[in-house]
Amino acid sequence: MKEKSAFPAVNAIVLSLLAFLCLFPFVHLLALSFSSANAANQGRVWLWPVEATIDAYRMIIAKKEFWQSALVSIERLALGVPVQMVLTILAAYPLSKPSDRFRWRMFFAWFFFFTMLFSGGMIPAYLLVRELKLMDTLWALVLPGAVPVFNVVILMNYYRSLPAEIEEAAIVDGASQWRIMWRIWTPLALPSIATLTLFSLVGHWNSWFDGIIYMNFPENYPLQSYLRTVIQKVDTSNMTMEQWRELAGTSERTLKAAQIMIASLPMLLFYPFLQRYFIKGITIGGVKG
Amino acid sequence: MAGAMRAARRKGLSADERSWLLFLLLPVLFVLVFSYGGMYGVVIAFQRFIPAKGLFGNQNWVGLENFQYVFSLKNVWRAIWNTLSISVWKLVLGIVVPVCVALLLNEVRRSGFKRTVQTIVYLPHFISWVILSGIFLDLLSTDGLVNQFLGLFGLEPIFFLGSNRYFQATLIVTDVWKGFGYSSIIYLSAIAGIDQEQYESARIDGAGRFRCMRYITLPGLAGTIALMGVLSIGNLLNAGFDQVLNMYSPQVYETGDIIDTFVYRFGLLEAKYGPSQAVGLMKSVISATLTVVAYVLAYKYADYSLF
Repeated sequence: MKEKSAFPAVNAIVLSLLAFLCLFPFVHLLALSFSSANAANQGRVWLWPVEATIDAYRMIIAKKEFWQSALVSIERLALGVPVQMVLTILAAYPLSKPSDRFRWRMFFAWFFFFTMLFSGGMIPAYLLVRELKLMDTLWALVLPGAVPVFNVVILMNYYRSLPAEIEEAAIVDGASQWRIMWRIWTPLALPSIATLTLFSLVGHWNSWFDGIIYMNFPENYPLQSYLRTVIQKVDTSNMTMEQWRELAGTSERTLKAAQIMIASLPMLLFYPFLQRYFIKGITIGGVKG
Repeated sequence: MAGAMRAARRKGLSADERSWLLFLLLPVLFVLVFSYGGMYGVVIAFQRFIPAKGLFGNQNWVGLENFQYVFSLKNVWRAIWNTLSISVWKLVLGIVVPVCVALLLNEVRRSGFKRTVQTIVYLPHFISWVILSGIFLDLLSTDGLVNQFLGLFGLEPIFFLGSNRYFQATLIVTDVWKGFGYSSIIYLSAIAGIDQEQYESARIDGAGRFRCMRYITLPGLAGTIALMGVLSIGNLLNAGFDQVLNMYSPQVYETGDIIDTFVYRFGLLEAKYGPSQAVGLMKSVISATLTVVAYVLAYKYADYSLF
């Protein structure tokens, strides 16, 4: 059959093209960040640095705002991820118990689930943070999303898939529920917990909107919020084609590219290794039944 | 164990139940404050809200005045219409493209090549819209790489992010670009679950690659596709706030302003809390209704349940 010989090759080409489409924006950016300002402005850079230089990176070293916001992001991760994980476990463990042993289970399951259905929206959220006097503190970036309900559901379902006999044996040994939760069930759920930790890390690293609205002072911005101000610095309102062209041609182009590159570096470096956890996460989270 | 069961059937709390309620204390507290506190905040929609008096202060109740005012604005209807037209396209292509990619990936026999392609197409999912907007602003500018490329074929530069003619299409295509790889995971795992014997017997009957795809793989995926489609109904009013806020500009408000960006500008930037909360409340109520409908459908027809 003719089809048999042609298809694999065509398929490989199509998939290679798709992969190229996903990769080339980042390669272009990388090339841009290592090119001279001149070459970048004249649009001569495609996928390889032109007039290669590390000027842009040298300039970033001196850019205080960049490192300050990077520090805020790191603090945010250090505080936010453990808080989310501890609260996720604390909520998921009791909710994984059968309803006849924990008669409040359905009440609290609905209590959490309802927040996935209905939310007050961004204005009450903003006013709430303001009234709790959390503005311009790290807590504003950590507490409002401290209980990721979807993650709670994933972990709860994982706990429920573990054999109940394990707990019975521990109870016979006289272990308290606290001990059972941390010492037995949490280690058993490690694959699921690893996945959720990664969700949490990526979520905190990529968040930017909360930084914009909850921080009055730009020195409190996390990295992504700061980058937004760098990228959107120029007021694009009422801009003509010519002005757009000029904007694209400022000497800041390579500097911008370098900053974006450094900010995406952690994701670019780590996600290929964390891939299998994400795959596991999306398949247990997406379709259970 | 039997003792514990009997204890649970009694009226009072068992020792285990007391522990579990204690564990739930902190998570419940945070959800109560930030989620339910926020839900209480929808009352702003019915108030002439004065921030100085506070969210729980003694505000002036004005009935439906905010709704009457805000829904008489042309820009609100524009935002609603834009939201629907963007999100419907995203929902449809957000399923069709990943399914096609999963089908193609499934046909690859060399696992090294397959894994490499997979790794690369997952990449955009992990990058925030802030960063992606920075990249696209550069790539899609009139002298950017994309227009340089189109120029090779003698095409005039297209103002992707600044023209109302192209802006929605640009949003839809870049969104599909970001998500298709990651979304294909779920379809690939569904394909992996299809009984291999079906393929073998089909091959014995002389069925080729495309017949297998058409009559075995695709029907095997139908349930997952239907489920994903139904579950995405709840997102009908989410056209992608993160993306739009980072990619739009006033000259494309006509086609690019969506409900969420409208609420943000009108409410938080112009401090018109009441009227913009009225829009937000409408969105929340419709979204919640759609989500419930979606879950009921998914439960009924796909036996899907979250917990």
